Amino acid sequence: MTSLLIIIVLVLLGIAIWQLTKIFDLTQVGAASGSDNSEVANDRDNNVNGYLMFAFLGFIYVFTIIGLAKWGHLALGTPASEHGPQYDNLMTISMVLIFVVQTITQFLLHYFAFKYRGKEGKVAFYYADNDKLEFIWTIIPVIVLAGLILYGLYAWTNIMFVDEDKEDTLIVEVYAKQFNWEVRYAGEDGVLGKANVRYIEGVNTLGVDMGDPNAQDDIQASELHLPKGKQVIFKFRSQDVLHSAYMPHFRAQMNVVPGMVTQFSFVPTITTEEMRLDPMIMDKVANINRIRSEKSAALTADGKEALAPYTFDYLLLCNKICGASHYNMQMKIVVEDEADFNKWLGGQKTLGAAVKESQASEAPAETPAPATEEQPETVVADTAAVAAAH
Amino acid sequence: MSAVGHEIHGHEEHHDAHDHHHKDTFITKYIFSIDHKMIAKQYLLTGVIMGIIGIVMSILFRMQIAWPEESFTIFKVLLGDKFAPDGVMRNDIYLALVTIHGTIMVFFVLTAGLSGTFSNLLIPLQIGARDMASGFMNMISYWLFFLSSVIMVISLFVEAGPASAGWTIYPPLSALPQAIGGSGAGMTLWLVSMAIFIASSLMGSLNYVVTVINLRTKGMSMTRLPLTIWAFFITAVIGIVSFPVLLSAALLLIFDRSFGTSFFLSDIFIAGDVLHYQGGSPVLFEHLFWFLGHPEVYIVLLPALGITSEIIATNSRKPIFGYRAMIASILAIAFLSTIVWGHHMFVSGMNPFLGSVFTFTTLLIAIPSAVKAFNYITTLWRGNLQMNPAMLFSIGLVSTFITGGLTGIILGDSTLDINVHDTYFVVAHFHLVMGISALYGMFAGIYHWFPKMFGRMLNKNLGYIHFWVTAVCAYGVFFPMHFIGMAGLPRRYYTNSAFPLFDDLADVNVLITMFAIIGAAFQLVFLWNFFYSIFRGKKAPQNPWKSNTLEWTTPVEHIHGNWPGEIPEVYRWPYDYSKPGHDEDFVPQTVPMKPNEEQLHH
Repeated sequence: MTSLLIIIVLVLLGIAIWQLTKIFDLTQVGAASGSDNSEVANDRDNNVNGYLMFAFLGFIYVFTIIGLAKWGHLALGTPASEHGPQYDNLMTISMVLIFVVQTITQFLLHYFAFKYRGKEGKVAFYYADNDKLEFIWTIIPVIVLAGLILYGLYAWTNIMFVDEDKEDTLIVEVYAKQFNWEVRYAGEDGVLGKANVRYIEGVNTLGVDMGDPNAQDDIQASELHLPKGKQVIFKFRSQDVLHSAYMPHFRAQMNVVPGMVTQFSFVPTITTEEMRLDPMIMDKVANINRIRSEKSAALTADGKEALAPYTFDYLLLCNKICGASHYNMQMKIVVEDEADFNKWLGGQKTLGAAVKESQASEAPAETPAPATEEQPETVVADTAAVAAAH
Repeated sequence: MSAVGHEIHGHEEHHDAHDHHHKDTFITKYIFSIDHKMIAKQYLLTGVIMGIIGIVMSILFRMQIAWPEESFTIFKVLLGDKFAPDGVMRNDIYLALVTIHGTIMVFFVLTAGLSGTFSNLLIPLQIGARDMASGFMNMISYWLFFLSSVIMVISLFVEAGPASAGWTIYPPLSALPQAIGGSGAGMTLWLVSMAIFIASSLMGSLNYVVTVINLRTKGMSMTRLPLTIWAFFITAVIGIVSFPVLLSAALLLIFDRSFGTSFFLSDIFIAGDVLHYQGGSPVLFEHLFWFLGHPEVYIVLLPALGITSEIIATNSRKPIFGYRAMIASILAIAFLSTIVWGHHMFVSGMNPFLGSVFTFTTLLIAIPSAVKAFNYITTLWRGNLQMNPAMLFSIGLVSTFITGGLTGIILGDSTLDINVHDTYFVVAHFHLVMGISALYGMFAGIYHWFPKMFGRMLNKNLGYIHFWVTAVCAYGVFFPMHFIGMAGLPRRYYTNSAFPLFDDLADVNVLITMFAIIGAAFQLVFLWNFFYSIFRGKKAPQNPWKSNTLEWTTPVEHIHGNWPGEIPEVYRWPYDYSKPGHDEDFVPQTVPMKPNEEQLHH
């Protein structure tokens, strides 16, 4: 069916081309008297294409307006992080600037192409140079860009340079592998245990060094929960290839590089629940659900399973080509009040406990295991002391 | 080294002197030719064929994006049962297509096909030289390019699929066959092909530089060079500076892949095993890659801008406005292009302070670019515009150069890049500013110099259809991409259906694909016109566009050595169009200055 459609489209296209050539040929008929069919543009061609240039300007404008009206709402909507509004503000300023410059320059370009279309006997104006004009259009971009650069660098510094010694921050490790995300919280001591892929074994899928006292209270999870209003410092690690942790609603992104730890930080400001009530997001969700229900109708008519309705959630996406299933490497992010967050975190098992449990379940036959297991317990106390001193 | 150069050069002059005595055989004339005009045509044909492959690939993966995981007969036919079981494209093959599309279009079409064709054709003809400084090296350069094209095409038939780590081939994905099938033999062939390509490109570039510096005819000072030559010259210089760095990156990657070194790899656990690599850094590869990768953008774009400068001036029947400013901006762009590579890496994990520096240098590029755009527009002002197809494509180039360039202000700003990095916003930006613009430059060049290359004219009406449909479709494809990029849609996703969040973008993607299919289909008009006119087109007069530059003083029939008699002498700059005091609206460079004729300090 589809191939038939494609064939039909191709045939129609062929006919269209043929007809268009005829039209252009016909436009030549009138002019042919004076011209020589030399394949060089004559007055007729200049006229037709001059008008088409003007029409093309209209096309650009109309397409832009239609785009803004029809697709403008597709944008991400209210930013959910502290630096987000600043980001959006800079984006808005740049966009307004771009639209103004685009509108003016495209007008000049296409209008001149139309206005000064060639005519037999007309002589162009010999005008080779004007230092003043050159100066003007050098200095205007300089000034405008200086403003943009300064604002941009100010925002960049705010976002990227994180004071790690600041009190009351949450340190979270985001761990990437083909094609999954995992997270690790620093636990009570606020320090992530050391890790390397060489320690990966059994339930210890993040390669945490269980000999490191700081590692014992670390908490591993497969869903990223964040407390509202707290500075979150992300530490990114990858076990295989490059990934990129993209959290579009927070205007946040950082590549995840095997062999090194990268970092990004932001303060979530809107909980998932609050975001679901945001008017822009509600519109977006309603629109998506309308589309999904239409699709579902078609699916059920075919006897297939209907799509589940969509509810809004923050997402962490992989945004650096990482392999065949790159397109489906995602994790849900839940932003909640600090109390809810602490409750959730409290309900998670610490890594030390998880590792011990799994070893215990495998251990019965192997006697030496418990002996080595005793050690971490004693060190945990030390860690707490270290953390306190810190 | 220099002795060898002299020897070849000496041999060449000898050859020229006795040119009339021995006849070229088919092989020396059409295959292993050392005539720059024939080599230019060879580059063009190879580039066009690679372009067809690259564009067909883009249509295939656009169909997959618009109608994810649907079965198409065309997939079955072109990809086969293995890459598209039951006509449904496999997810890793999608990535392979994206990768090879990028590689082919950037390197094989827009670097070799564009710069290779027109540098070879125009440098000797426009500066008044009998041939390149070394015709032999020029021939080797083409045949290495041909060889690399063949290897790249062969890599498509490897069992596990061709390279599929993106055209940027970031390791570890490109280094580990465990990570993706294409990183096995496919990637090896990719690297071999590119290494040969780089050798080819370097030989070409060295030749262009030497030729422009040494073989200009009498009177052809640097400030009388057409802007095309300035653009090709500077492009060659950038290529010489940056391509070797890609070669070293490729070599180190080959070492990592084949000999177990750890330049780019460290601490990797994959498929249940810890690999031995220790201490390397993928970020180092990114630095090396983009040290070429960004100048590469200008290697692609500058020749197109040079070509349009020439074509806009000729067809406006006006001097190019601000000749010296145009040269200065080419130089400024070339210099800046080598110190901005970090803007591809704002979120790569490199020190954020570096990000600040690269933001600064990147946004500076907007200044010479703005100067160029305004100079083009002013050249049109009060002209007598001859709307030949080449002129339309040149105006189209200025339009897409502005549209695509403006969004560079967003992407070059490290802050704003955070959230649009690697989304469709980027895809829209670079396709407009370097892809479509450079393609337009290439089309403009082909329409303009076709009579010089083949002695025949292209059909202008087919040219008009080609331009207008392409112009509408190019915007139709890439303009909506800005919106889906702003919606956070990452590039290189096999399907967007894994995220309900992106369901509202499906319509837009279908529209984009429709435009892409129509746009691609209308390239057939061009191909028909091109191949038909080579053999059956109307015979061209010597100077169809009434142009000033030297190539139009050569006979229509190609001869070895370009000019039958003496090499012409040059008395003026190439842009004396519609100069008051002359009978015609163009004054070729070979016309001596009249007594008391005013010479501008252009």
